[in-house]
Amino acid sequence: MNGPILTAALTFALACVSGAILLNLFRLVRGPTSGDRILAVDTLTINAIALIVVFGVAWKTQTYFEAALLLAMVAFVGTVAYCKFLLRGDIVE
Amino acid sequence: MTFAVEILVAFLLVLGGAFILIGSWGLARLPSLMTRLHGPTKATTLGVGGCLIASMIYFPATGGAWSAHELLITIFLLLTAPISANMIAKSHLHRQGHGIDPNPADGIATGLPPAPGGADWATFHGAADDEAPLPAPARRPPGQG
Repeated sequence: MNGPILTAALTFALACVSGAILLNLFRLVRGPTSGDRILAVDTLTINAIALIVVFGVAWKTQTYFEAALLLAMVAFVGTVAYCKFLLRGDIVE
Repeated sequence: MTFAVEILVAFLLVLGGAFILIGSWGLARLPSLMTRLHGPTKATTLGVGGCLIASMIYFPATGGAWSAHELLITIFLLLTAPISANMIAKSHLHRQGHGIDPNPADGIATGLPPAPGGADWATFHGAADDEAPLPAPARRPPGQG
């Protein structure tokens, strides 16, 4: 069982990451240009990685780290592919 | 788990959560994309790094096995954040400079300023465009080879 200080810190971190995800969703819906939306999706994925890691500490499990690692790699490839598509109209030339 | 380790993990978690929230607040609040890029690429990466270091300290301290997953994620995020930010800025510069979905807050909706050196902005060109045009192949006289 985690101590009271660590439990409070975990609650604070989860609240912060959840609020950050809500702010990202606001920018994803609102964002006037395509670049804003790509940036919002990229940040959303990074925040999902943070959420997975904090939940891993809260639940004392290391099961989900592979998911976080995969998410990091796929987010990078996806962001670069979106930007490449905006630049050239094609991804693999 | 000793009390000092618990304090350290809690401090890193609070720091990471606060930085993640600050980064996303900047993403939602700042006026244009070029300023919005600052929040997620710096503050959020630092915040995720803090959470991952907290996890990296927590599991060996509670008797679990040490694993390199957190370190891998941290290094990968630190490597890829500037590259994706550069790609987003490049595509934004290209589209704004050509008047596609302009955002007046950026100040470049009416066209890009001249690039230093007199060349065009290298937002659209690929690697193939940088190479000099190849000379025409020398035509062999008929009857040989």
